[in-house]
Amino acid sequence: MDYQYTLLILCLPIVSFLILGLAGKWLSHRVAGLIGTLSIGAVAVLSYYTAFAYFGARGADGAFATLVPYNFEWLPFYIGNLHFDMGIMLDPISVMMLIVISTVSLMVHIYSFGYMHGERGFQRYYAFLSLFTMSMLGLVVATNIFQMYMFWELVGVCSYLLIGFYFTENPAIAASKKAFIVTRFADLGFLVGILVFGYYTGSFSFDFTESFTYAAGALHGVAPDASKAVAAGGFILPTALFLMFIGGAGKSAMFPLHIWLPDAMEGPTPVSALIHAATMVVAGVFQVARMFPMWIQYAPETLHYVAWIGAFTAFYAAAVAMAQSDIKRVLAFSTISQIAFMMVALGVCMPGHEGAVIDNHGSLGYMASMYHLFTHAMFKATLFLCAGCIIHAVHSNEMSAMGGMRKYMPVTHITFLIATLAISGIPPFSGFFSKDEILAASFAYSPVMGWVMTAIAAMTAFYMFRLYYGIFWGTENKELHEELKAHGHFGEAPAVMTLPLVLLTLFTVFMGWTLPGTFGSYVSATGQPYEIHLDLQIAVTSVVIACVSIALATWIYVRSSQPVAERMKAAMPRLHEWAYRRFYLDEVYQFVTHRIIFALISTPIAWFDRHIVDGALNGLASGANYIGESIRPLQSGRLQQYAYVFLMGIVIVFFIMII
Amino acid sequence: MIQIEYILIVSAVMMFAGVFGFLTRRSTLAILLSIELMLNATDLNFAAINRLMYSGGHEGYFFTLFSIAISAAESAVAIAIMINIYRQLKDTTADKLSKLKW
Repeated sequence: MDYQYTLLILCLPIVSFLILGLAGKWLSHRVAGLIGTLSIGAVAVLSYYTAFAYFGARGADGAFATLVPYNFEWLPFYIGNLHFDMGIMLDPISVMMLIVISTVSLMVHIYSFGYMHGERGFQRYYAFLSLFTMSMLGLVVATNIFQMYMFWELVGVCSYLLIGFYFTENPAIAASKKAFIVTRFADLGFLVGILVFGYYTGSFSFDFTESFTYAAGALHGVAPDASKAVAAGGFILPTALFLMFIGGAGKSAMFPLHIWLPDAMEGPTPVSALIHAATMVVAGVFQVARMFPMWIQYAPETLHYVAWIGAFTAFYAAAVAMAQSDIKRVLAFSTISQIAFMMVALGVCMPGHEGAVIDNHGSLGYMASMYHLFTHAMFKATLFLCAGCIIHAVHSNEMSAMGGMRKYMPVTHITFLIATLAISGIPPFSGFFSKDEILAASFAYSPVMGWVMTAIAAMTAFYMFRLYYGIFWGTENKELHEELKAHGHFGEAPAVMTLPLVLLTLFTVFMGWTLPGTFGSYVSATGQPYEIHLDLQIAVTSVVIACVSIALATWIYVRSSQPVAERMKAAMPRLHEWAYRRFYLDEVYQFVTHRIIFALISTPIAWFDRHIVDGALNGLASGANYIGESIRPLQSGRLQQYAYVFLMGIVIVFFIMII
Repeated sequence: MIQIEYILIVSAVMMFAGVFGFLTRRSTLAILLSIELMLNATDLNFAAINRLMYSGGHEGYFFTLFSIAISAAESAVAIAIMINIYRQLKDTTADKLSKLKW
């Protein structure tokens, strides 16, 4: 099968980016939006075609082959055999990501027609969306870790540009800088990890055969450079992989590098749906999944750290999400928590005991992680787009401006409810199936991890239903709603905004049980089909616990007055305040960066630079200047003075000669 | 027969008169005259010492003639330069001609 056309998937968005970016000023909003949407539409068609062709053709051994339609050497490194390639690689997870990215991106493009209607910079917005889509697609089809890193930085730039889309408002500027600096800081780890990895394994490629040969030869001391290689087999590879994970943790908002994601909600809501919920933030998970053969072979112990960092992040974000009042912040923390679920799923994978290191049994978590990535992208995009519709209607992010919205926005209400049920893990919605696999993998790892994740899943159900009731039921802000109605623009969003909601909800409803075969038969760690069997014990437990949480949330939040919530808040004022303030983590960062790093390190260094280093050079300059000034009068221009000096010189030389 | 010392004393007086004039006179014409005086002192020395030490030879006399010719040419060039300077600056005082300094 010939996949040459996949190059178009990358080229179409970059063409529309160039058109919109260079000529956007002369295009009307409608034309600009259409150019962007049509190019992404074509990309979506090609992606779906690729997926059908790819998943339709199994190899002889029943596994999906890894195909590389394009790969050319871009830059040689002159260290060993290292070279930096650019290309396109198709394997189950990259084809799955093509579907996720093109679907969500297309929906967001359509939705933005309504949401961004009449905004200044509409063309710029669509140009950045196109650039982002291209970068994200380039990231997932990368053939080697260096190409991935390049596109990784590109998506970071797009995220920065789009968070700061309203660049005349201070919070947006601060948020975009924060997102960029925090992720750049993490990417430093990624870059160092890549270089260490490449230096010690002799290859950047995702086709790990070369790396495996090198590292395995190393263990037996027959590698070309034995000392280098012994180190690679021992501690270097885990270190390199963990450094790469730091980059992934920055992008995927793992504790303690998550602080940028809640603030990133300052960007337009469709951008939050596309970048900060569905695609870019899962890049970290995707990166760990990409390096998975190396992780499981050489660093299975280090994977434990990934698992526990993920578990802690999931718990922390769920706890914070319970106390937030800004609906986008709740969704942001819920995103952090769900991505942490995916990280946990990767972290709990174990090497197989007999035969191959990667077997479907030990790598259940890998499949679960990718499955959850897929389903989460769909339902979280739905939730964000619904939030966009609501914010569009009430012009506020605060839950206090909402309440009782179910009467005014029926479509948004139903789609939001379905997505909320999915994220809570209620069958038959997609989230149930993927979360159940994650819980099964966690229980297989250790019962402690299993129960911790089950408890966090229960918290998820609770805070999501708190959000749902806060928006659509609960205390209605009648005053505001009457006033908005009087102005005439209050009610359901236009069809161009509700259509994407409905389409994405279809995925959420049908993904779990209508695929021919299950998700595992397409995407698994080995490429061999993995038949998902629901573990009834785990499934029933998690559903019961989720239902209890939902019932609890209903009891507390559904009524128009909420005495229980008030009493709980009054009983634990400290805890509520701490959770609302995100456990003061931003303040800790502020303290560490400003009071410790800036005040104790940067300021003395700046003083040293300004006074000692600059002083030394200025001293040299002024010394030379002083000497020059003092001997300048010798060059008086007066002929007779020169002659006099000359004569005296001769007399002195004369006397010296005599003596 | 005049003693060689007398001639050398005369030429030394001429030489240092020239040096003194060169260093102290402000007029460029006077400086030029001082240079001629110094040259003449050396010419005198050439002739006298040739007569004293190599009485059969003529090299010193020839050198004197050369020196006279060269000093004549040099004076002509110098005066031409001075005329040009005068045209430019309306002044030939030596300590005013300091255009070539820093």
